[in-house]
Amino acid sequence: MKEMICICCPMGCRLTVDDSDLSNVKVSGNTCPRGEKYGKEEVVCPKRMVTSVVRVEGGDVAMLSVKTKDAIEKSKISGALKTLKGVVVKAPVKIGDVVVQNVLGTGVDFIATKNVSAR
Amino acid sequence: MKKILIIGAGVIGCSVARELSRYDAEITVLERENDVACGTSKANSGVVHGGFDAKPGTKKAHYNVRGNAMFDKLSKELDFPFRRNGAYVLCFDDDRWDGLKKLYDQGLENGVKDVKVVTGDEVRKREPYVSPEVKGALWCPSSGIVSPYEMTIAYAENAAKNGVKFVFEKKVSKLEKDGAKIKVVCEDGEEYAADVVVNAAGLYSDELNNTVNDKKYKIVPRKGEYMLLDKTAGYLTSTTLFQLPTAMGKGILVVPSVHGNILLGPTAVDIDDKDCKDTTYDGLSEAFDKARVTVPSLTKKQVITQFTGLRAHADAGDFVIGFAGELPLYNLVGIESPGLTAAPAIAVDASEEIADYLGLTFNHGFDPIRKGIPCFAKMTEKERAEIAKKNPLYGRIVCRCEVVTEGEIVDSINRPVGAKDLDGVKRRTRAGMGRCQSGFCSERVMEIIARERGIDMTEVTKSGKGSEIVIGRVE
Amino acid sequence: MSVKNLIIIGGGPAGLAAAKSAYDAGERDILILEREDRLGGILNQCIHNGFGLHTFKEELTGPEYAARYIDEVLKRGIEYKLGTTVLSIDKNKRVTCVNEKDGLQIYEAGAIILACGCRERPRGAINIAGCRAAGIFSAGTAQKLINIDGYMPGKEVVILGSGDIGLIMARRMTFQGAKVKAVVELMPYSSGLNRNIVQCLNDFDIPLMFSHTVVDIKGKGRVSSVVIAAVDEKLNQIKGTEQEIKCDTLLLSVGLLPENELSKMADVNLSPVTGGAIVDDDMMTETDGIFACGNVLHVHDLVDFVSEESEWAGARAAAYIAGEKVNGDKVAVQAKDGVRYVVPQFVNRDGDGTLKLKMRVGNVFKNVRLCVVCDGEEIYAKKKMIVTPGEMETVTLDEKQTRALKNCKLAVVCLKAVKQ
Repeated sequence: MKEMICICCPMGCRLTVDDSDLSNVKVSGNTCPRGEKYGKEEVVCPKRMVTSVVRVEGGDVAMLSVKTKDAIEKSKISGALKTLKGVVVKAPVKIGDVVVQNVLGTGVDFIATKNVSAR
Repeated sequence: MKKILIIGAGVIGCSVARELSRYDAEITVLERENDVACGTSKANSGVVHGGFDAKPGTKKAHYNVRGNAMFDKLSKELDFPFRRNGAYVLCFDDDRWDGLKKLYDQGLENGVKDVKVVTGDEVRKREPYVSPEVKGALWCPSSGIVSPYEMTIAYAENAAKNGVKFVFEKKVSKLEKDGAKIKVVCEDGEEYAADVVVNAAGLYSDELNNTVNDKKYKIVPRKGEYMLLDKTAGYLTSTTLFQLPTAMGKGILVVPSVHGNILLGPTAVDIDDKDCKDTTYDGLSEAFDKARVTVPSLTKKQVITQFTGLRAHADAGDFVIGFAGELPLYNLVGIESPGLTAAPAIAVDASEEIADYLGLTFNHGFDPIRKGIPCFAKMTEKERAEIAKKNPLYGRIVCRCEVVTEGEIVDSINRPVGAKDLDGVKRRTRAGMGRCQSGFCSERVMEIIARERGIDMTEVTKSGKGSEIVIGRVE
Repeated sequence: MSVKNLIIIGGGPAGLAAAKSAYDAGERDILILEREDRLGGILNQCIHNGFGLHTFKEELTGPEYAARYIDEVLKRGIEYKLGTTVLSIDKNKRVTCVNEKDGLQIYEAGAIILACGCRERPRGAINIAGCRAAGIFSAGTAQKLINIDGYMPGKEVVILGSGDIGLIMARRMTFQGAKVKAVVELMPYSSGLNRNIVQCLNDFDIPLMFSHTVVDIKGKGRVSSVVIAAVDEKLNQIKGTEQEIKCDTLLLSVGLLPENELSKMADVNLSPVTGGAIVDDDMMTETDGIFACGNVLHVHDLVDFVSEESEWAGARAAAYIAGEKVNGDKVAVQAKDGVRYVVPQFVNRDGDGTLKLKMRVGNVFKNVRLCVVCDGEEIYAKKKMIVTPGEMETVTLDEKQTRALKNCKLAVVCLKAVKQ
C-alpha cells in the first residue's frame, strides 16, 4: 500500500494505491480517471526528468544547465546526478548538445539547456 | 618617535586616532573585528543630541554640548552625512509638564541655548503624523542626525591618510606595565610596546582596564533593538521624536536616517553577552508598539530590516576619560549615549592631553580633509553622465534599490581602511541596504570583492571570519 | 537625447514577448533595456523543467523557454542593450538609463512597456527575530548562486515558505548533496503546485510543516540553528511548540513583490492588492502611453501566462504608437467574494473581440462557480472543483460576453457556492 498526492490538478487528491499485485494495481481516493492512471504509473514505474548544472570552460557563463532528454526512472535520479560530477564542457555549447551520453544505460542523454557562447 | 596604541576602532578609537594624527607619533589602532565601526558605532540611533538630557556638571553634559557644535565643520572636512533636523521630546500626559520643564532648565544649564517648550499643535503643525495625544514638547533645533558608521569610517580614513596604521582581527587579551611603557599582549601571542595605550574598547573597555589598573570598572551591555523602515516611510517625520525619558534611557525614538529611512527603537535591556547581535520577537514588538505611540500610523509593512545594538553602560554613570592614575593608559570607558555626539570633543581633549604627556610636536603634514566615495545616487543627471564617462564602472548599477554602482563598490574596497566583506561594502556604499536587502546584489558584490581582493568566492564573508557566505563550489 | 517609439524595460520573458508582438504588429523602432548581461531574465536560473506546456505544448526548462523567445527577438533584429539599468522614467515617457559602454543615455519614448518583473520579499519584511549571521538567503539568491555561479550556499537547510521557488530549491539543494531538513509553511496550505510538493519534497522525504513558522535564528558568524513553532488560526505563535533544528542555512521563499519603483516615478497608479499597476484591457496603466505586463503587473504562477499577457501588451502598445485611439471611457471590473484581485481593473468601452480576465482567489475554496456579473446579471460562470491562492485563474469572455461587459456600469468577478 502506498499513499500519495495526485498531481494532475490542484485538487491534490490523496490516493491510496494497492501495489501488492503490480499487474493489477488498485487506486482509491481519486476523484477522476486521471488520478487512477497517475496512481498506477507512480507505483509501476515512476519517472522524472532530472535537471542540474555542470561547469563550462571558456564561456560567457560559469555553469551550463542540463537535463535528461526524457524522464528516467525515479530510482535512478541519484545515480544519474553522479554521472555529472566533475564534468566540464568547453564553450561554445548549444541547446540540445549531448553532455553525458546514455545515462546509466537508460538510453537517455543529459543534454545542454542553455546556449553558451565562447568568451 | 613615540608609540601610541589605540585599542578599538569604533567612533571613539577612530576619532582619537584622527585627532592624534595631528601630532608626530607612531600611532596604531588594534581592532578585534575586521573593520571599523563593528560594535556600538554601527548600531545606534545616529542622533547628534542637543545636550539637554545629560545631568548638568557631568562629562556627558559637557562633551555633548561641545561635540554637537563641532559637527557642521567636521562633517564638511570629513565628508560624512549630517543634518540638523531638530528634535522634539514629546509629552503625552498633562501630569508630566514638569518633566519637560526640567529638561528645559537642564538644557539651559548645560548651555543648550535654543531649547523651547511648545504645544502639541505646534508639534503637529511641523510633523502632522505625530499622535494627537501629544500635549506638548521640548523643541531643540540644534539636534541632528548622522550616519554613525560613515562618520567612523570617515575618521578612520582621514587618520590613515595622516599616517595612522590600522591592524584588524587583532584581539587584545591584556595590558602589562612595562617600566614607563605599557605592553599590549594579543590573543594570538603578538605583543606591542607602547608609550601610551588608549583604551577605546567600548563594551570591553572595562575588562581591558581591569587587566592592568587597580581601579576597576564594570560595563553592562545594554541591548537596544531597532526596526528600519523603507524610504517610502520617510514622510512620517523629518525631525527626531523622543518620548519623555525614563530611568533606562531616552525611550523609544522615531527618527529619520540621513539617507531618508525611518528608524524605530531602541529598547533598553541589560544583558550579559557583549557579542549579542540578536533581535527578539518581544524586543521588536516593544520597539514597534512604543514607536506607534508617537506615530500611530506606522505599519510593519514598511519595515525592511531589524538590528540590535549594545550600549556600553558603565556602573560609574558618567564617561570615564583620562589617564589611569600613574599608568600610561588613557581610558575612554563607558562612552554610552551621548557618546557619538561627544566623540569629536572627547577626541580633541584626549589627543591634547596625550600629546602634552608625551611632549609631541605637530605633524605639519596633517591634512584634515577626507573625500568620501562619490555617491551616484545623490548626483544630478549631468554629474552622473560625467562620472560614467570618466569611469565606466559608474555605468554599472549593482544595487538597484539604492542605485549603487560598481565604481563605488570598487572604490570602497580599494581606499585606505577599505571594505573587506559584504557588510563593509554595505556600510560604505549602501549596496544591499535597500528594500530587497541584498537579495539581488549580494552575489554581484561577492564577485567584486573576490576579484578586487584576489580571493576565492568561498572566502568572501558577510562580516568577518566564520561568516563565509558560500561553502564550496558546485561539483 | 534620442527618440524611440517603444522602450521596453526588462529583457525577461515579459519584455521579450512584448517586443516580439509589438514588432509583429508593425512597430519597428523598439529598444529593450535589460540590466543583466544576458536576455532571459529570471528564467536563466530556473533550470528545472515545467515551462512551456501551454505556449509550446512541450515541457521545457527555464533557459530553453527563454531561448525560444530570445531567438524570436534576434530573428526580428530588435534592438536591445544589456547591462543597462533604467534610473528613472517620468510621465512624459522620458527614460534615463546607464551602462558601462554608453554611459548615461536619455530617451524620449512614444510608449513604454514596464516588464521589470518582481523581487523576493526579504527577511526584514517578515520580521523574523534572531541573529544576523551569514547563511540566510532568499530562495532566488540561493538559486542564482548554485545555477549561475556554481557555488553552494550551505549543506544543512531549512526552508521557510512553500512557494514554488522554495520547493524547487529544496530539490535543487538535495541534488547538490545538501540535506534539506524541513520546509516550514505559515499557512495551512501551500502556495506551490502539488506537482512540486510531490516531486521536490515527497520524492526525497523532505517534511513539509504547515501552520509553522521560524521564530528565531541562532548562530554567531554563520547560522547554526533555527527555532520553529506552530501558529494558530490568527497566525500567532503558539508558545510551547518551539523546536530547534540544527542547520547552517535558512532559505526564504515568502512571497514575490512586483518591482514598481520606476512606475512610481512616472506617477503610475498602483493597486494595493497586486502591488502592480492598475491597467485597462490594453495593459495600459493610468499614465498615458505606459504599459505593464508580466510579474511587474501581478505575480504569475506560470511563465506561459506571462508570455501571453505580454504579447497582448506589446501588440496594444504598437497600436497606441500607431495612433489607434480609444475614447477613454472605461468600465471597472471588481473582485469580490473570495476573488482577491482581477487584472485588468478597467476595460475600455471601445473595441471588439474577446477579453481575458486574470485573477487570484484569497483562500482555498472547493466546489465553487467562478462568475462574472455585470450590473447584477451573471454573464459568465465556470464550475471549479477547487481554486487555490497559488494558482492564477483565467476567464476568457467570448465576443458577446465581452460586449455585455463593455456596455455595463459595473462588472464584478466573484465566487459563488455550487448549489448541491
